[in-house]
Amino acid sequence: MSVQALKCKECGERYPLDARYACEVCFGPLEVEYDLSGLDAESTRRRIQAGPQTIWRYADFLPFEQPPKTALAAGVTPLVRADRLADRLGVREVWIKNDAANPTHSFKDRVVTVALAKARELGYEVVACASTGNLANAVAAHAAAAGLESYVFIPADLEEQKVLATGVYGTKLVAVKGNYDDVNRLCTELSGEREGWAFVNVNVRPYYAEGSKTLSYEIAEQLGFELPDRVVGPIASGSLFTKLGRGFQEWIEVGLLEGEVPTMNGAQAEGCSPVAQAFEGGHDVCRPVRPETIAKSLAIGNPADGPYALDLARRTGGSIDSVTDDEIRAGIRLLAETTGIFTETAGGVTTAVLRKLAERGDIDSSERVVAVITGEGLKTLDAVKGSFETHLIEPSADAFAQEFEQDAVAVAD
Amino acid sequence: MAVTVKIPTQLRSVTGGEAEAQVDDVTTVGEVLDGLYDRFDGLRDRIAEDGDLRRFVNVYVGGEDIRFLDGLETAVEDGDEVTILPAVAGG
Repeated sequence: MSVQALKCKECGERYPLDARYACEVCFGPLEVEYDLSGLDAESTRRRIQAGPQTIWRYADFLPFEQPPKTALAAGVTPLVRADRLADRLGVREVWIKNDAANPTHSFKDRVVTVALAKARELGYEVVACASTGNLANAVAAHAAAAGLESYVFIPADLEEQKVLATGVYGTKLVAVKGNYDDVNRLCTELSGEREGWAFVNVNVRPYYAEGSKTLSYEIAEQLGFELPDRVVGPIASGSLFTKLGRGFQEWIEVGLLEGEVPTMNGAQAEGCSPVAQAFEGGHDVCRPVRPETIAKSLAIGNPADGPYALDLARRTGGSIDSVTDDEIRAGIRLLAETTGIFTETAGGVTTAVLRKLAERGDIDSSERVVAVITGEGLKTLDAVKGSFETHLIEPSADAFAQEFEQDAVAVAD
Repeated sequence: MAVTVKIPTQLRSVTGGEAEAQVDDVTTVGEVLDGLYDRFDGLRDRIAEDGDLRRFVNVYVGGEDIRFLDGLETAVEDGDEVTILPAVAGG
């Protein structure tokens, strides 16, 4: 067994593997500590390849003694080579990790499946979360599949598609009059008072966050156990971004991969860019902001893992960039038109930042780049409204010919 | 004049299990915290470092993050509620 303890990322204090998330000594975040020294690369690799088509094929790197049984699977989503996108950007090799292809259509299925498995192991029967939408969908669905009671807290102004795709699972849906940071504060407070509740991104957050590492494992495995040169991913709290780096790092340590952690580029929306601003300003910590962007799934003004996201980007020679709402809409269209993948606003942010890096000349001609697309376009339909023309015609061949002059010539011939 | 402070579970080992504390005769958040430090041994080191709050500590007055207000200089009034919470949740 490789999982050891919970360890404070700030002061190193260790705790037992129970439901806690903040260090009692210094308030720093707790992270799962493993001893990977017993893992031999060759046998670990064989165990992975013989594993299930879910994130549990990476059970050696997840916080359980035995892979738990989960009702709703997650992971093993497509990694698609995007040559048309690469051509448009003028770079050599781009891959899209399409994590919309999860049960509730975002990467949150990965973290929730881990959090719920841990919650059940620890004896919890009620699960809850503070969510910007994707997590709401995932918690409601996985709780339903597992037969657990759930409470999902969302900002009251969330996109309708995300509200509907949460309520349908029969969760107790709580719309809070405030932004995500208000919801998060409320849930942090409630988690101290509701002893029987596992808030996936509060008191069991150290386990929950581990699920994001499986994105890196999959990317590497799908590339034939090779590292990409660069990874572009979105930043909200910074947890996913940080764990992407950790995932690659662990596999390098075990010897499953050769090389260094890829250059890590974080993507934020300009209307909520506390981490990008801190990166630009050379700061180690983020000053909180009040979000104002169409990318609501990334609208966290007070990012918990901001300092670690900054550190990762700097350590790997990467950056954290922000893009405007118009660039986000254009990013959604660019990805859709060149890959056939329709992503939500967060994926628009990632694609727009990828474009920005290419235009800025940051991407070397020899590089293999992976963009992590974390969610599905059907969840944020308003973002593409009015971005294209629909041809309304009478049901006649003449009307069609009139509308499309070019084709009319072809028909006449 | 009294301000109520809500103590998170992570700090209750130094407050003797108290989940709330009243602090009297204070006008700023900094004074509220000083009042708590005087009363509870060991509290200061948990949440403060070099005269400022540690980076993973959030403090709110009436639900508003003090970093949107005047930080430790933020004024408090009689009946205000000050909340201390870990900053490492969410996302």
